[in-house]
Amino acid sequence: MDGVVQLQRQLLDYTALLFQEGFLNDQFTQLQQLQDETNPDFVVEVVSLFFEDSERLLNELANTLDQQSIDFRKVDSHVHQLKGSSSSIGAQRVQNVCIAFRNFCDAQNTEGCLKCLQQVKNEYSLVKNKLETLFKLEQQILAAGGSIPM
Amino acid sequence: MGSVAGEFVRHVLPEKVGVSDHSAAGSEELHVLAVDDSHVDRKVIERLLKISSCKVTAVESGTRALQFLGLDGEENSVGFDGLKVNLIMTDYSMPGMTGYELLKKIKESKAFRKIPVVIMSSENILTRIDRCLEEGAEEFIVKPVKLSDVRRLRDFIMRGEGEENRKKGNHKRKLQDDYSISPPLSPAASLDCEISSLLLPSSSSSSPECPSKRPRLWVED
Repeated sequence: MDGVVQLQRQLLDYTALLFQEGFLNDQFTQLQQLQDETNPDFVVEVVSLFFEDSERLLNELANTLDQQSIDFRKVDSHVHQLKGSSSSIGAQRVQNVCIAFRNFCDAQNTEGCLKCLQQVKNEYSLVKNKLETLFKLEQQILAAGGSIPM
Repeated sequence: MGSVAGEFVRHVLPEKVGVSDHSAAGSEELHVLAVDDSHVDRKVIERLLKISSCKVTAVESGTRALQFLGLDGEENSVGFDGLKVNLIMTDYSMPGMTGYELLKKIKESKAFRKIPVVIMSSENILTRIDRCLEEGAEEFIVKPVKLSDVRRLRDFIMRGEGEENRKKGNHKRKLQDDYSISPPLSPAASLDCEISSLLLPSSSSSSPECPSKRPRLWVED
């Protein structure tokens, strides 16, 4: 079972790193605690919804900011939703960019908004990769007959 | 508890349904109607409630919530068996009907105005909180909602069923130890908090440290 132990150690270390680097916050831990044998895929399911929502919102944002005359209220509404869902899964860095983003919306600052859009896309992409890596590690552990350490 | 719970049942069931089925009142499982336009949040709240032994109906809009309750103006001849709702938890910012508007409609309804309504919002805005509480919201919870929030609510609702007829005296709800904001907020303190969160755009969040995070309702029935 050496392999499993190593994988579990890897998972714990990786998760700790994500927290240290600010990609995830305590809300993610809250979600993990809601997962159990009766609902073993809960976190993956919620995070998948987050991915879907985010991709939709990022597209909408790109469109809305691409218009001749930008509807900042619409931009703000999309960012608000993105901020909400990132907060709900503990994606701290995405959430933080959204806060700055909304301030630029309030100020109707196009350049600021475009910069934030780029930033939020980057942060989203990063956290998506990291979460997918995390889930892969979990899968490997389960496949090797181990259980997910908490 | 039995007869008092029965009292409670009579208050919340719509009038056209006979109050013959007390099995819902006898069982310990609360039925919560959760309203949120966010998929992610609906999924999370559903799980939080189920893990707290509550039955959940999660809908995506105020309109759907009203349809579920039978308040959408449609003549609903189907009985409300099993649909008794003990608590409504609604997001504030939703397209179409906001949580506030939904709250108003529920409180205007003779059949449902006694059902406690909790507003959830990611934004900690004092005027918003005040407005909701004034309109009769039981509580205003700043998102993300935690398990401890749900448990506290559930315990409160279950106790509330026993205290439903207590009309006089102190209506201050008991708080858990980690919520020590039972005295009314000094408006100045909360305003400062709101203002400072506006002035610090890159600060971590608009919500966490503000004392108005979990205001309690000083209620009169």
